[in-house]
Amino acid sequence: MPLVEIRDVTKTFSRDAERIDVFNGLSMEIEQGSFTALMGPSGSGKSTLLNLIAGLDRPTSGTVTVGGAVVSGMSPAELATWRARNVGFVFQQFNLLPVLTAYQNVELPLLLTRLSKKERDERIRIALGVVGLDDRLRHYPRQLSGGQEQRVAIARAIVADPTLVLLDEPTGQLDAKSSQEVLSLLSRLNAEFGKTIIIVTHDPHAAARARRQLHLEKGTFVEQAMAAGAPA
Amino acid sequence: MKFWTLLRANLGRHRRRTFLTIASVALALFLFASLRTVVTTLGAASRFGSARRLVATNATGIVFPLPIAYANRLAAIPGVERVSWANWFGGQYGDGKRFFANFAVDARSYLDIYPEMQVPADQKAAFLADRSGALIGNRLLDVFGWRVGQNVTLRGTIFPGDWTFTIRGVYTPADKAINDDAMMFHFAYLDEKTGRQGLAGWYIMEIDSAEHAPAIAKTVDDMFRNSTAPTKTGTEQAFNASFATMWGNVSLLMNTIGMAVVFAILLVTANAMMMSARERTRELAVLKTIGFTDRRLFGLVMAEAGIITVTGAVLGLGAAKLLYRATNFNAGGFLPGFDVTPATFLLGGAVALALMLASGIVPAARAARLPVVAALRNVE
Ligand SMILES: Nc1ncnc2c1ncn2[C@@H]1O[C@H](COP(=O)(O)OP(=O)(O)OP(=O)(O)O)[C@@H](O)[C@H]1O
Ligand SMILES: [Mg+2]
Repeated sequence: MPLVEIRDVTKTFSRDAERIDVFNGLSMEIEQGSFTALMGPSGSGKSTLLNLIAGLDRPTSGTVTVGGAVVSGMSPAELATWRARNVGFVFQQFNLLPVLTAYQNVELPLLLTRLSKKERDERIRIALGVVGLDDRLRHYPRQLSGGQEQRVAIARAIVADPTLVLLDEPTGQLDAKSSQEVLSLLSRLNAEFGKTIIIVTHDPHAAARARRQLHLEKGTFVEQAMAAGAPA
Repeated sequence: MKFWTLLRANLGRHRRRTFLTIASVALALFLFASLRTVVTTLGAASRFGSARRLVATNATGIVFPLPIAYANRLAAIPGVERVSWANWFGGQYGDGKRFFANFAVDARSYLDIYPEMQVPADQKAAFLADRSGALIGNRLLDVFGWRVGQNVTLRGTIFPGDWTFTIRGVYTPADKAINDDAMMFHFAYLDEKTGRQGLAGWYIMEIDSAEHAPAIAKTVDDMFRNSTAPTKTGTEQAFNASFATMWGNVSLLMNTIGMAVVFAILLVTANAMMMSARERTRELAVLKTIGFTDRRLFGLVMAEAGIITVTGAVLGLGAAKLLYRATNFNAGGFLPGFDVTPATFLLGGAVALALMLASGIVPAARAARLPVVAALRNVE
């Protein structure tokens, strides 16, 4: 059974008098445990699709289902709670809170759970350990390199143990070496921890790490399965 | 509270701004409490005074004397139980910078008529027995460092010359609205030194019942209507209130200034809150993607406003209370019993609450309503 199901989704933005139809009856599925790269020219709707899956935005019509839950039908409060448990989100711009340390940034999603301080502490250390930053707990974002910041953001995205991790151009502002580190980390999260990963990227090297590539063009898919084979 | 770290980090983001905002709230509430206390103190002073005490002054004006011969005629009026009299002296001590009330009284009857002035029995006896003795309010002990038994010399203004008194007793007011920094001495001493005879500044009468006050006052004024010194008689309350009505406009002014100050600070606080929320638009959007609900973000922004205003209020109101207590402030005798009342505290608390709501509601609602996607796009 697919983890993410998109059915006949349309999405229209109206800016001033202008209407922009991003999707016009889009359907797709994403398997549990897969690692998908979403590619396509600027303005093709990649970020919009990611936002719809994460419940950050609503489709104009059609349904978005994640793990059996109809995301497109939830109230804002339900969505927030659902998102806290099920989705980790990482942006191009690192989006750490500058006033919080790496540790405190990673703690944010756990503040929304019932975990005790001790349990939170364990989880934070594990998450920061996975991204290889357990020696940077007390550092503030400005004291970290871009690659390190992005790894903290990934730690924050996985600390609450969501099934789905969504990344919007996570390597867009990183140098080649940092990009490689982040991509290897994602492969590990997928292979070792079974996270379902969807990554938006312009970078073919980054896309090559994924096991499936989806090309979005003017709101429709041009699918290309990797030589490595079908998703697990 | 597990969100405390987040709150503290946000408040610490612009330390100076947070500090200044708290300081301005504190200042606003300090001023509010001070102005309010002027009003309540004046109010208490004008309400002070027994309705069973009448005061008769010269109808021409309070500075003109009345014949001492009136005393017996007043005492003879049905319903009048006691009569006493006093005369303003207006002496200065030292450099004269510290004003305090001092007047001559017919001591025995005066103390009988004012049981609110509490004097230890031995001191009372010593004062009554010493013709040049003086009775002082307890505050003067601190103000001038005086002691019982000490000789003090006042410089007369209305009655020129150096006047030396021996402090024989200290009174403590049982009612906060009575001056605790006045000095009284014997009428006989005034008469003896000035060679003046037969005059009193004002009369005080204790009457049998407050209900008879208007009738007795009328009887008194009628009695002296056609004499050379007609009287004007009213209750002590009215007498005090006539001073306080002078202050009535002051109260209005104080209240107006108080509200204006609070409003000005409200703008400052609201502006600071709005600035800090706006700067964080993207961070608020990020928190939403993490799963913070609209309501939680509303609460967090509101809590920030609350911490600022409550801290400011506690500091401002607390400082007012402690400062006026510690310095025993009474505006040089004009505002006896100056003390921040519990009612003023409550009112100050309400003002702080209103400040919190007014300054927090706009940024908090804005944070709650913030559309995530648009907010994230705008920065890119
Ligand atoms: N909130 C919005 N209001 C108006 N138009 C929008 C909004 N969000 C997206 N769009 C429009 O929808 C289209 C798809 O935008 P989207 O951000 O999904 O593209 P993208 O594929 O992520 O592009 P990029 O590679 O540049 O990030 C664009 O034409 C964009 O201008
Ligand atoms: Mg995009």
